[in-house]
Amino acid sequence: MILLQGVVNGVLLGLVYALIAAGLSLIFGLMEIVNFAHGQHLMLAMYGAYWLAVLYGVDPLLSLPLWAFALFLLGVATYWLVIARVLRAPMLAQIFSTFGLGVFLQSLAQFVWSPDFRLVPSPLVKGRVEAFGLFVGIPELVASIGAVVAFSVLYLFVTRTESGMALQATSEDREAAALVGINSHRMFALGWGMGLACVGVAGVLLSNFYYIFPEVGFPFALIAYVAVALGGFGSIPGAFVAGIIIGLTEVLSGLLIGPAYKYLFVFLIYLVVVIVRPQGLFGRY
Amino acid sequence: MKAIFREGFGPFLAMFLLGLMVSVPLRAGPAGEVTVGAVYPLSGALASTAKLSRDGIEFAVDIINKRYDLALPLARSEGLPNLGGAKIRVIFGDTQGSPEVGRAETERLITGEKVVAVVGAYQSAVTATASMAAERLSVPFLNPDSTSPTLIQRGFEWFFRATPDDDIMSKNFFDFLKDLETKKGVRVRTVALVCENTLWGTDVCKFERKYAKDYGYEVVAEMLYPARSTDLSSEVQRLKAVRPDVVFMASYISDAILYTQTMQKLDFNTQAILAMDAGHVDPAYLKTVGKSGNYVFSREVFSADLGQRKPLVRLVNEMFKKRAGYDLEGTSARSFTAMFVLADAINRAASTEPAAIRKALRETYLSSDKIIMPWGGVRFDVATGQNVLGRGIIVQIQDLKYWTVWPWHLASRDVIWPMPAWTQRR
Repeated sequence: MILLQGVVNGVLLGLVYALIAAGLSLIFGLMEIVNFAHGQHLMLAMYGAYWLAVLYGVDPLLSLPLWAFALFLLGVATYWLVIARVLRAPMLAQIFSTFGLGVFLQSLAQFVWSPDFRLVPSPLVKGRVEAFGLFVGIPELVASIGAVVAFSVLYLFVTRTESGMALQATSEDREAAALVGINSHRMFALGWGMGLACVGVAGVLLSNFYYIFPEVGFPFALIAYVAVALGGFGSIPGAFVAGIIIGLTEVLSGLLIGPAYKYLFVFLIYLVVVIVRPQGLFGRY
Repeated sequence: MKAIFREGFGPFLAMFLLGLMVSVPLRAGPAGEVTVGAVYPLSGALASTAKLSRDGIEFAVDIINKRYDLALPLARSEGLPNLGGAKIRVIFGDTQGSPEVGRAETERLITGEKVVAVVGAYQSAVTATASMAAERLSVPFLNPDSTSPTLIQRGFEWFFRATPDDDIMSKNFFDFLKDLETKKGVRVRTVALVCENTLWGTDVCKFERKYAKDYGYEVVAEMLYPARSTDLSSEVQRLKAVRPDVVFMASYISDAILYTQTMQKLDFNTQAILAMDAGHVDPAYLKTVGKSGNYVFSREVFSADLGQRKPLVRLVNEMFKKRAGYDLEGTSARSFTAMFVLADAINRAASTEPAAIRKALRETYLSSDKIIMPWGGVRFDVATGQNVLGRGIIVQIQDLKYWTVWPWHLASRDVIWPMPAWTQRR
């Protein structure tokens, strides 16, 4: 029973990790740039949901589409203002640009909103359900369902729509895609928009049950990097599977071996993947 | 006449020379002023905490330098009577929260500003290096507020600490449990220790394990968990599996919040949660978890509700609140108290020579009615410099407020034990 509870907790947690990783993976797969400000984008979405709830009484679940769209726009803007300028720059410059953006966003949040901890006051979904001796938090359940829905939408978009196809084509071969008339800049912007929209959805879902403060995104982003590496850079189904594996690893190793070691096993996965299968589970590279 | 002159000349000359030395002291500012250094993280992430210390120190200096009708040492006189009414002047140094800067600032205050003693520095790691500088330059360093037990294990000769440390306060928990068993018939047999896994948490767990053994409790789980985990469900599940009577916790703010939420979510119930302050007494804790934080116990060093049992605390707190705009709490109350300990020593030394002040500090005895802290008083152990009369209090969150519940003679509310199960709460 304890084990089963652990599995349930692990899957619920893993789905949220997966959604955060999906955005990261999408951007990387498209243009081989790692968004080191990913955790801060998550933080912005959480604060967004929080402030709408506090100032205007809009529940995070209702403001979810709004913030997904807002983060989409932020992604597009980030591409044009920051990323487009370092597209042909050395890799180090690309790393610094997104890393610097992250530091900037975090400091800004600390300056504007103070380092205080906040929690969305009485969200629409709260409490827990108990079934067969298992306890599940309702907000966590909603978040994981939301993550599955968001994943499905993302997957269908990428595989079934014309823009999605163009996105895939660009990520396969930039020059060839340009030859058949696909504007790679627009595709990159779209990719950043989609990537940040994913993390926006994750942030809003998370804000239903997780405290919010300027550095909240960092540990989530760190785990998302492991998930991306495990799932395969650029693979969306890979991020999905990897997120769940990592969620399960974290909870079960904490439960069976010892809490002090749980992140050891999470990052051990990363090491093993890098050594044994650098392209990850579903990766192309 | 002649005989008197002849016989009295020797002593007279000696007195004259001595007087010359006293009136032209090596370490003093303008005439009638004694300068004291204070090193705190005035800028950086802990700036808001350092402001509490600074407010406490400045309030204490005001009381020492002016005349107030309070039972505090030196309050009823102006300045330091044994030094001709000399006023205390505090020069602040900014450690920026860094051990390296803390050391450099302490050096600057001693060699540049010629301070006669230094107080500081809140963070144990900074106190360690700052007091090292004072030790090397042979100037007393009085620490009001760092609780790492290692600070007094260094064999320093110029280091004094007024606050009880984590060792003493871990022991307090077990005294509290024993007291509960004899007075309230509470039955506790098994305990679980949950600590974050950096230096502070591991140290706390170490002391709690030691005392649990000494006091005859069975430790059914000892969990060191990574601070700032994204998820703590496996930790709480482990607790559910071993069903401890009492859970001891040492957590920072983000973990304290997450634990409370996860325990509620997974329906983990126990007789009591005893927290080693930090996250569980951070103002953000109750603000964030709300009602779910009720019934948690924490050790504390001070609580403004002590005024209900100790009129001096109420008086001082009212004055402080008028001045600073908020109630005295652990940090401001401890730096406030340390200034009195230091001023009292300088006054008794009747000198601004560091060696004389150290001697006076070693001879310090302040009874509990002369300080606002819930301690038995202030008396320093000569070997370690630790205030051996220091002790903590235990507070419990009831109706979204912290109330002193132990020791009994300082309690403002009765203990609620065991805490109600999650399903039985409103």
